[in-house]
Amino acid sequence: MTDRLESRDKVTGAARYAYEYPLEDPAYAAAVQATIAKGEITAVDAEAALKIPGVLTVLSCENAPHLHDVPDRELALFQSRTVAYRGQFVAAVVAETLDIAREAARHVRITYVSEPHDVRLSADHPGLYKPDKVNPAFPADTEQGDPEAAYNDSAVRVDATYTTPAEHNNPMEPHTTAAQWNDDGTLTLYDSTQGSSPTRDTIAQVFGLEKTHVRVIAPHVGGGFGSKGTPRPNVVLAAMAAGAVRRPVKFAVPRQQMFATTGYRTPTIQRFRLGADADGTLNAIVHEVFEQSSTVTEFAEQTATPTRVVYRAGNRRTSHRLARLDVPTPSWMRAPGETPGMFALESAMDELAFAAGVDPVELRILNDTDREPESGLPFSSRNLVACLREGADRFGWEHRDPEPGARWEGRRLVGMGVAASTYPAYMRPNKATARVDADGRFTVRIAAADIGTGARTALTLIAAEALKADADRVTVEIGDSSLPDATVAGGSAGTASWGTAVVRACESLRGKMNGSVPPGGLEASADTAEEIKARDEYARHAFGAQFTEVEVDADTGEVRVRRMLGVFAAGRIINPKTARSQFIGGMTMGIGMALMEESVMDDRFGDYVNRDLAQYHVPACADVRDIDAAWVEESDPHLNPMGSKGIGEIGIVGAAASVANAVHNATGVRVRDLPITPSRLLPLL
Amino acid sequence: MRPFVYERATSADDALQRHNDGAYYLGGGTNLVDLMRLGVEEPSRLVDVSRLPHGEIELRPDGSLLIGAAVSNSDLAADRTVRESHPVLAQAVLAGASGQIRNLATVGGNLLQRTRCSYFQDADKPCNKRDPGSGCPAREGEHHNLAILGHSEACVATHPSDMAVALAALDATVHVQGRDGERAIPIADLHRLPGNEPQRDTNLENGDLITAVEVPPLDIPSRYRKVRERASFAFALVSIAVALDVEGGTVRDVRIALGGVAHKPWRARRAEETLRGAPAIAEEFQRAAEAELDLAEPLRDNAYKVPLARNLIVRTLTELGEQS
Amino acid sequence: MDSEVTPVHTEITLVVNGTEHRLRVDTRASLLDTLREDLGLTGSKKGCDHGQCGACTVLLDGRRANACLALAVAHDGAEVVTVEGLAEDGRLSAVQEAFIEQDAFQCGYCTPGQLCSATAVLDEAGHGWPSAVTEDLSGDPVLDDAEIRERMSGNLCRCGAYTGIVKAVREASLKTRTEATKA
Repeated sequence: MTDRLESRDKVTGAARYAYEYPLEDPAYAAAVQATIAKGEITAVDAEAALKIPGVLTVLSCENAPHLHDVPDRELALFQSRTVAYRGQFVAAVVAETLDIAREAARHVRITYVSEPHDVRLSADHPGLYKPDKVNPAFPADTEQGDPEAAYNDSAVRVDATYTTPAEHNNPMEPHTTAAQWNDDGTLTLYDSTQGSSPTRDTIAQVFGLEKTHVRVIAPHVGGGFGSKGTPRPNVVLAAMAAGAVRRPVKFAVPRQQMFATTGYRTPTIQRFRLGADADGTLNAIVHEVFEQSSTVTEFAEQTATPTRVVYRAGNRRTSHRLARLDVPTPSWMRAPGETPGMFALESAMDELAFAAGVDPVELRILNDTDREPESGLPFSSRNLVACLREGADRFGWEHRDPEPGARWEGRRLVGMGVAASTYPAYMRPNKATARVDADGRFTVRIAAADIGTGARTALTLIAAEALKADADRVTVEIGDSSLPDATVAGGSAGTASWGTAVVRACESLRGKMNGSVPPGGLEASADTAEEIKARDEYARHAFGAQFTEVEVDADTGEVRVRRMLGVFAAGRIINPKTARSQFIGGMTMGIGMALMEESVMDDRFGDYVNRDLAQYHVPACADVRDIDAAWVEESDPHLNPMGSKGIGEIGIVGAAASVANAVHNATGVRVRDLPITPSRLLPLL
Repeated sequence: MRPFVYERATSADDALQRHNDGAYYLGGGTNLVDLMRLGVEEPSRLVDVSRLPHGEIELRPDGSLLIGAAVSNSDLAADRTVRESHPVLAQAVLAGASGQIRNLATVGGNLLQRTRCSYFQDADKPCNKRDPGSGCPAREGEHHNLAILGHSEACVATHPSDMAVALAALDATVHVQGRDGERAIPIADLHRLPGNEPQRDTNLENGDLITAVEVPPLDIPSRYRKVRERASFAFALVSIAVALDVEGGTVRDVRIALGGVAHKPWRARRAEETLRGAPAIAEEFQRAAEAELDLAEPLRDNAYKVPLARNLIVRTLTELGEQS
Repeated sequence: MDSEVTPVHTEITLVVNGTEHRLRVDTRASLLDTLREDLGLTGSKKGCDHGQCGACTVLLDGRRANACLALAVAHDGAEVVTVEGLAEDGRLSAVQEAFIEQDAFQCGYCTPGQLCSATAVLDEAGHGWPSAVTEDLSGDPVLDDAEIRERMSGNLCRCGAYTGIVKAVREASLKTRTEATKA
C-alpha cells in the first residue's frame, strides 16, 4: 500500500504540467477552426488579425512550412486547402498574450467553397466497407461453424441492436504543448502525452529531423484515456508556431476545440444474435459492428474482438464495417473495442438470461471456457468464474429479485445487474537502464509515462523488488524521451511492458554488482524485444465481473447508481492502493458512459454541438456514491516477471452493461441505446 | 474576447452615468465572462456593480424580504432568515451551479443570465438571438433540453436560472433604477418569451440597473425540485418551485413555477386556477398538471419533458400536501 | 477599428498567499491566467476556462471561486489563496494530508481545485451553510458523505477519484473538528 511518489508535488501545486514550464519570453497560440464540414479553402485573409497590436504571425495553408508525411494525416497541419471536417484546424495566430491571440483568431477571415458533406453513420450506409484490420491488428471478420443455422435451430434466441454514441475522452488537462526550438536546431517539447518516445519519433518525422534532435518532456500528464496516446495537431501547431516566431510558443487546446481535434470514441451500431439451448448453453454468437472513421485517416475500432474471447459457442461470427465520413478521426478512448463491444455482448447476455429464465451470473458461468474460443489457445490464466462468484457473494446478489420492476422504495424502483469484463494483457518491447552509485542509491531510467496511473510508483516497487533494495533507495526517472525508449501508456500494457524492461535491467545490474560498487558506479541496460518474441503462445487476458444496484425515479426517469462492485482477476496487483483507484476510476467513467456521456452530431453543420463540460456531462462527485473494487489472487507464470496484467482499462469495460442491466431489473425497460438519460428512459416507464 | 474598458461604479447613479452603448454591468461575471470568452457577448465597457451598496438582505416586519442585487447566491442561500421564511428560494439557489460559482454569482446577475442553447453559444453558427434574422438551427437540431412552452419559430432556448423559478412562484418584484428613475417590475414581466425578438431576454431598457428583489411574505409550505442528467452541477431538464396551502383537505392557495421548459421561468397559472378550491388529492393534481401541459408544444426530441413536468407537478404537490 | 482591438491595461494589486503583487493587467485577463502566467503560480489549473470543471478553484477573499471566471481587474485588492498557499511552513494541511492518505487523485490535474474547494467546504459547513441535499434548512447541516458529494460536485475529476475525495474530505473534517475541540 504505497502512496503515489509524486503525491506531495500534486497536493502542493509543485507538479508541473506541459503549459507550466518557465520559458524565456513565451508567445501564445490560438487556433482557427474550419466552419464547413467539407470543401476547399479559397482564401485566408489575415490582415485584420495582423493589425492587432501584439500579434506576431498568422499561420495557415497559405504560408505554412512544408511538413513531411506521416501515417496519421491529421498531423499534416495547414498542408493543403482541403477541409475534411468541421472544426479542423485551418489557421493559427501567435501573439504576445493568450488574450490577444484568442481575439485575433476571431479576426482571421477564411473563405471556402463548400461541398455537400456526409456525417451520419447508419447500418445501411452505402459507403460501408470491411477494413483490412481493426485496431491495432486484428482481423475485421471471423467465422466458425454455421452461425446462421445454429442460431435458427436454437431454443432460446436474442436478436437485438445496440448503439453507443460518440464519446469524448475529456481528460481534465487539455491537450497542451509548449514548443521551443534551440540554437542548435533541436526541438524541445513540453507535451501532455502518453508516450514521450513515440511522440518524439512522430514529430521528428513530421519536421524532417533526426530523432535525437527532438526531446519530449512529460513527467506529469493530466489524464489522457487514450486521447494523448498519439500526438494530435496541437503538437505540430505549437512546434510550427515556435519556428515561425523564433520564440517558445505555448498552446493548450480550448475545451470546445477538443471535441473536433483530439480524438473520440466512434459511435457504434451493433447487432447481436445469441442462440442457446433451453438451459442457456450458447450455440451461436453473431456480432455485427458498424462504426465510423474520417476521410483523413482510417481508424477502425476493434469493437467485436471481446466477443472472440469471452464465451464458448461452436458457431460464431464477428464482423466490422466502417464508413468514412466527413467527421474528425476517432481514436483510442479507454478500452477501445472492449468498452462498446462488451456493452453490447453483456446486454445481450442479460437478455438471454431473462429469456431463458437463468440467473445472469449462472448463465455466464455455464458458458465459461478453458480455451480462447476462436484461437483455440489455452488461457495463461482465466478466473472469470471466480470473479463472478466472489462478486455475487460480496454484493449480496442473492437478494436480487429476478422479476423486473418488482422492487419499489417509495416512488423509486430498485434493481441489480451484472456484467463480465475482459481486457487483453498486451506486452510490448521496451528498453531501460539501471544504475547504482557509490552511495548505494539506484537510478532506473525509462521513458514511461505516468498519466495518473501510478506508473512511477509501481515501477519503483518493481525495481526495488528486482534489486532487492528498499524502495526509498530507488529513483525511477520517467516522462522524458531522452530516457531509454518506451512504448505508450496505453492498451493497459504500461506496467507489464515497462516493468519487464525495468526488471531485466535491474537483474543485469545485480549480476554486475557482485556485492561491491566501484567509485564510478555501475550501469546495466535491457531491451525486451527478443524476450517478447520468444514468449509461448497463450491467450492472455484479464477478466472481471461488475455488479451494480441502481435506483430509478419512476416519475422523472433519473437513474442513480447506489452501489457498484468490481471484482477483477488481473494477475498480481503491484500496488493495491493505486490499483484500486484505477479500477474504481474506470468504473466511474463507465457510469458516465451508461448514464450521461453523448456527443451530439448536428448533421447539417457536421460537428459535435454539445462541446463543453456543461453540455457533455461526465460524472460529478454526487453521481458516485459507493463504488468498490476487489481482486482475486491470480498467479500466472506466462505473463512477465511481475506476473501482472494491465488494470487501467478493464474497470470501464463491463460497467455500462452492468448499469443498463440493473436498470432493466429495476424497471423492466431495456435501453439498448446509450446513454440512459431521462429523455430516453422516462417515455418507456 | 474583445478589449474593453473596466470601471467600478461607486453608486447606482454613478453606474447609470458610466453606462453607455456597448456597456454591460458586471456582477459576478459567471455568465458574462463565459459568453465574452466565447465571442457571444462583446461589450466595449464593463461597469462593475458588484460592490454597490446592494449587499444586504432585509426581513421586513410583514415577513417580506428585500434582497440587494449584489448579494451573492451563496449568502442568499445561507441566510438563516431566508432559509426559515422562504425555504423554496434557498433550495432553488442551492440547486444551481456549484459552490464556487455561487460565491461569485450575484442575485442581479443570476436574473440577467442569458438563455441557454448550444447554437447561441457557438459564435460560428446562425442564431436569431445572437444575430437576428440568421435563423434558429435548434428547432430542427439539438434541442433535447430546450423549450416545450411559449417558444417561437425564432427561438426555442430556455432560461437556466433556478433562483428565478422560485422568485416567479413567489410573485417577487424586481427593483430597477433607470434613466427615468426608479421603478418596480413584477418578476413575471421581467423575462420575456422569445416571440420574434429573441435577442431580448428581458423587458429592461438599456442602462437599467437591478438594485434589489422584493419577495412577499410566505407562510405556507414550499419546495424546489430539480431534475437533471447528473446528480449535481447541471442545468435543469425540468425544475419546479411550489408553494401549497391546504386546509381541511382543500387547496386554499397554490403557486407553481417551472424551470427548464421555456424562455422564462414558467408560472403555471392554469394549473393553479384549476387547483384553487379543489380537493388536495392526486387526481386533482393530475388534472391541474394536464391543464397546464395542454399548452405544451414539444419539439422532435424533447417530448419527454411533458410527462416529466406533469409528474413533477403531481409529485411535488403530493409531497407538500402530505406536509401541510 | 484600433480602439476595438487594442488591449486595455490597468494596474491592480493582488495579495496572493500573503504576498502583495502590483501588476499591470489586460482588462480581459482572468485571475487564473494572471496567477499562472504573470505570477508563475501554476498550481491552479485550467481545465475548461468557463467555470464548468472547477480545476481553477482558489480562495478569493476567503471563499472558493472559479479563477477562470473572475476577471483580475475586477478583483483589485483581493486576497487570494492558491494551492501553493495551503501548506503552512511546509506542513501540509489536514486536507492535503487526507488526499494523500486516501489516494484522492490520480493524474493530479483537478487536485489543486479539489483541495481549495475541500478547504472551503469545511469552512462553509462550519458556518452552517446548507447545500442542495440538506433536508432541514433551519438547522446546522452535518457534513456526512451525501453532503460532501454534493458540495464537491463543482470539481470534476475525470480519473474518477471521487470515492477517495469524499473519504479524504470526511477524514479532514473529523480531524479539524477534533483539533478545534482540543483547542
